[in-house]
Amino acid sequence: MLEVCDLSAAYGGPDVLSGVSLEVKAGETVAVLGANTAGKTTLLRAISGLVPKARGHIAFEGTALLGRPAHAIPDLGIGHVPEGRHVFPRMSTLDNLLMGAFCHRDARDLTERIERVFKLFPRVKERQTQMAGLMSGGEQQMISIGRALMGTPKLLLLDEPSHGLAPLVVDELHVAIGEINRQGVSVLLVEQNAMLALSVAHRGYVLEAGHVVLSGTSDELSADPGVRRAYLGI
Amino acid sequence: MFQALVDGILLGGVYGVIATGLSLVFGVLGVVNFAHAEFLMLGMYVAWFAWRWLGLDPMLGSVLSFIVVFAVGYLVQRTLIERVLKAPPAAQVFLTVGLLIVIENAALMAFGSEFRSVSVPYQVEGYRLGDIFIGAPYLYAFIAAIILAAVLWLYLERSWTGRAIRAVAQDPMASTLVGVDTRRTYALAFGLGVALTAFGGAVILPYITVSPTVGGQFVVLMFTVVVLGGLGSVAGALAGGIVVGVVQSMSTLVFPIQLQNLCLFVIFIAVLALRPQGLIKGA
Ligand SMILES: Nc1ncnc2c1ncn2[C@@H]1O[C@H](COP(=O)(O)OP(=O)(O)OP(=O)(O)O)[C@@H](O)[C@H]1O
Ligand SMILES: [Mg+2]
Repeated sequence: MLEVCDLSAAYGGPDVLSGVSLEVKAGETVAVLGANTAGKTTLLRAISGLVPKARGHIAFEGTALLGRPAHAIPDLGIGHVPEGRHVFPRMSTLDNLLMGAFCHRDARDLTERIERVFKLFPRVKERQTQMAGLMSGGEQQMISIGRALMGTPKLLLLDEPSHGLAPLVVDELHVAIGEINRQGVSVLLVEQNAMLALSVAHRGYVLEAGHVVLSGTSDELSADPGVRRAYLGI
Repeated sequence: MFQALVDGILLGGVYGVIATGLSLVFGVLGVVNFAHAEFLMLGMYVAWFAWRWLGLDPMLGSVLSFIVVFAVGYLVQRTLIERVLKAPPAAQVFLTVGLLIVIENAALMAFGSEFRSVSVPYQVEGYRLGDIFIGAPYLYAFIAAIILAAVLWLYLERSWTGRAIRAVAQDPMASTLVGVDTRRTYALAFGLGVALTAFGGAVILPYITVSPTVGGQFVVLMFTVVVLGGLGSVAGALAGGIVVGVVQSMSTLVFPIQLQNLCLFVIFIAVLALRPQGLIKGA
């Protein structure tokens, strides 16, 4: 479904990613682990067309992504929940969700899609008329995920959805991510919290200083001594 | 006293729409457009020629002004302003001030320096409400301005592209991630911003003459309204416009008419001193 091949990227300086290759198959949840500044966010941003100096090859369902304008990518079926949530702060929750449907604004099942998001996150439903910027971090994360789902993606890119949230909310979110995946959406999940990521993912990649240094199934990675030491704190 | 209040409200509604354009441009693009009042002048000329050549009443010509100046603004954004969106503020100031000078001088060359005015049947007509006299051109301009403000509000609140304009103002990156073409949206917002102001210029043509330097009369006024009303808010700009209109018209009761703009300056500076965040708060 998603194939990243020999991807390198830079922001004007030295390469932040070099020769990264990875794959997400239809129906999979794949985790990307890595410490601060490993390049995880850059990887997702490159897939979404936000890194102008990305080189290599990225294909989504056979369509080449590099060189395509970023605003044309959601329409192909890729939803992106950016690091730091990035809700539209002075818009209501409902308007935030509607913005998520921007690339499919002519579709008829708009209310159904909104209902589906509300079912996944009942708390978002209760607060649908409130300004998104005034809501808690967890609620904003739900809005951000809901907004991405409104574009009916086949692949969802999630950048540290649990960052800075209380443990209970984190659990809630990961249950939701599992549910989204069961509904047939593939997920590429970036997390610093490796334990959490591997508990929902089928497979994972470990990114270090812009290189993929390790990959395998979640069980394999959880058992790897290096991963246990560096990311699981065991 | 009451008369001045009514006059002020009628003037102020139009000021509100004129300033909403400036406010929209700043709120969405983050650029202070010093050339903004020049688009008001262009709008007035479009309406004047529409009246002269096509016999169109400026109230209808204003629609033409809106469309023509929208197109001009869209192009100006795509060819010029777009290049300085991420540049330091100094570069933006140089560009928009340069644009001001270019547009004003181009108008001087094209239209000459004479003052032009229209004559419409209702120019000296009016309605009498007790002691108060409501001039027809002022009333019509006010009504047109309020209608446009309402349409704009609906557009920004309810339509897909209007919502996208608000989204881009708040978070361009997130807007891109949901499929909004931000370059197009910026051009749309800039075109809309200058078109609103041009519309406001056209509807006041029955009581204000146009010349290439007419923009200068409105610059301080526009910025004062925007600073008062808070940027990016249609309702705020409208309210700010009415406050400014009333102050302007009340001040003529106390001060000689030449000092009208002085009062605006004083408010402008007072607001900046007491509420400087007024200029910085986004849409
Ligand atoms: N917009 C940018 N301009 C310049 N350099 C950047 C930019 N974004 C990221 N970088 C640099 O690229 C490197 C990788 O950053 P990236 O955000 O991809 O890492 P990350 O793995 O997501 O880190 P974190 O866990 O902190 O989110 C870092 O050294 C960072 O300083
Ligand atoms: Mg990151």
